[in-house]
Amino acid sequence: MSGSGDLLHVVSNDNISNSRKAWGRGIIWGSGLLMALVALAQLMQVQGLHDFGLTSWRPTLYAYIFWAICLSWGQVLLYGEQGKRTLFVLPAALFVISLTVFPLLFGLVIAFSDWNLSSPDGRQFNGLANVRQMWADPFYWNALLNMVWYVLAILVEYTIAFGLALALNAEIRARKFFRVAFLLPLMLSPVAVSWMIGKSMLEARFGPVARLAKFLGWETPSFFGTPGVAKATIMLMDAWTFIPFMMIMILAGLQAIPKELNEAAKVDGANGWRAFWEVTFPMMLPVSITAILIRIIFKLKLADIVIAVTSGGPGGATDTVTSFIFREYRDRSNVGYGTLLAMFYLVLIIIVMTILMKLADRFARPRT
Amino acid sequence: MRKAGMSDVQIFKDSAADRSFRPKWFTGRLFVYGLLILWAFICLFPIYWTLTTSFKMAPDVMKGNLIPWWDFTPKWLGWKSLGLSPDTIGADSTVRDEFMKRFTNSAITSVISSVLAVMLGSLAAYGLSRFSYKFLWMGNSDISFFFLSQLILPPVVLALPMLVLYKELALLDTRIGLILLYTLSVLPIVIWIMRDQFSSIPTELEEAALVDGLSIWGAFITIILPIALPGMVAAFILSLVLTWNEYFFAALLTSTHANTLPVMVASQTGSQGISWWSMAALSWAAILPLIVIGVVLERYIIKGMAAGAIK
Repeated sequence: MSGSGDLLHVVSNDNISNSRKAWGRGIIWGSGLLMALVALAQLMQVQGLHDFGLTSWRPTLYAYIFWAICLSWGQVLLYGEQGKRTLFVLPAALFVISLTVFPLLFGLVIAFSDWNLSSPDGRQFNGLANVRQMWADPFYWNALLNMVWYVLAILVEYTIAFGLALALNAEIRARKFFRVAFLLPLMLSPVAVSWMIGKSMLEARFGPVARLAKFLGWETPSFFGTPGVAKATIMLMDAWTFIPFMMIMILAGLQAIPKELNEAAKVDGANGWRAFWEVTFPMMLPVSITAILIRIIFKLKLADIVIAVTSGGPGGATDTVTSFIFREYRDRSNVGYGTLLAMFYLVLIIIVMTILMKLADRFARPRT
Repeated sequence: MRKAGMSDVQIFKDSAADRSFRPKWFTGRLFVYGLLILWAFICLFPIYWTLTTSFKMAPDVMKGNLIPWWDFTPKWLGWKSLGLSPDTIGADSTVRDEFMKRFTNSAITSVISSVLAVMLGSLAAYGLSRFSYKFLWMGNSDISFFFLSQLILPPVVLALPMLVLYKELALLDTRIGLILLYTLSVLPIVIWIMRDQFSSIPTELEEAALVDGLSIWGAFITIILPIALPGMVAAFILSLVLTWNEYFFAALLTSTHANTLPVMVASQTGSQGISWWSMAALSWAAILPLIVIGVVLERYIIKGMAAGAIK
């Protein structure tokens, strides 16, 4: 990514006539005005000031889409060649802004209100009551603490993934078979996996894993009975799904290491173990950090298997923040409190990820 | 990893240290293959278990029989309950209709949102890799960061505001609503992959095309897109897998019309006392398309995930 100047130099001499410019401005502002009018009409409808026969905000959405199209077209009319370049990024930017920035701002409003969707009262601003409730909610803090444990489990996943990547990178036969087999867990829907592993294979009486555990001497296997075991089981199931992801990233990194390097190490008399720690591992540091960071991001979204297998139990031991908020909403259908919890979580994530990325940057730089 | 090639060339007589190399190499091999086979077993057994369980009857499940035709006789029990066994496939079946409806919903939402994400993402990634933009204070790297940072955003943050907004927009329980959110959730990944792809294509190609009189968009569509196709396929497949499996938004935002397959699977597993064979059949049917994709298109998935690993 270059900082300044186009990578692709295009000589363009646009002579944009004044009438074309006026037309360009006209459609942008015109459609914007139209959108404002539709929104205003809708607002009056909602407030009960005037009946326009509008049943939902859908027309406003259509007006917004129309405005977005006019805005893109207007770029070309107004700026010619330069506008055509803007057209590459503008649709995606508009899409993302309208689907994240706007809902996030809206979410900020919801977060400080009491809003039960099933009650007819509608939204009620309640100031910091939600914050106070969150502060005193042991289950939420418990869920946050669980996330720390879940994230720490990534180190184990990383070790296993690295080992598997090394094995796959060795001179082996049937590499394609192993690669496909190792990749499959990642492809499967977490909800289906929840049943396949969580509910049937780990079932205490008839599940094959329970049978194996009995055979190995665990008298009454129960994988979701006690908090510690339940958490470990969820970690293992999640690891099963996501180890392929890290493995593939590490494998890609391993294959990018020049062969000469390892051969040079061998000539210098390093055995396999030392060559790994002194050549391979340092070379792999940047890739490892990228893989771990991305994995943390995915881990922080963990919810599906928890919702489907334990729904947080026993006693909140397996709860993730997402599954907790999901249940909170399902049980009380109060969007206000749930949104505040989610917003707080987002702020925490941003802080933690920023620190981690800064640390990773510092950690990786002197060696690369 | 250690390579064995060097000891094969015997120029000098083997010293004791050299002779000890062979058995060591052999145990190394044994270890590597042992590890690979063990892990392949761990990966494949749940899939095998689900498939065989869908053909079991209650006593087989309770006895823990594992191998068909050897310790149990396969029966179409599970598939019959789904209406997909040979003798029920012709007859009417409400469960099958339900399943097909969910399957279609999943297919439509995942394919359309992946196509949308690849289109929007490729355009943005191309623009960002070739031109310099200035929007307010944001330069190219800021805009890239803005797109990629969406990856950090957990779905739960958007979920409840979206729920309320969709209710107002009458988009609740519609496929369009899901498609929009799914596109959003895979867009950063597409941009990540495509940025990598485009930056590996030399700009001389477009410069030549521009000299030949093509416009920027003409050069992009006729010259660059065909070259970037493998990356687009990789991004598409990866998006397809992620959106097909998505559960959280679907569970929250759909109820009767637009339910996807994961929602159906989850709602079935939630109820206690459901027979294992029919659950196994349902789970297996839900993951089958992905197993096919995984086996056939493995190359692209790996390519997609490896993008950005090496810089």
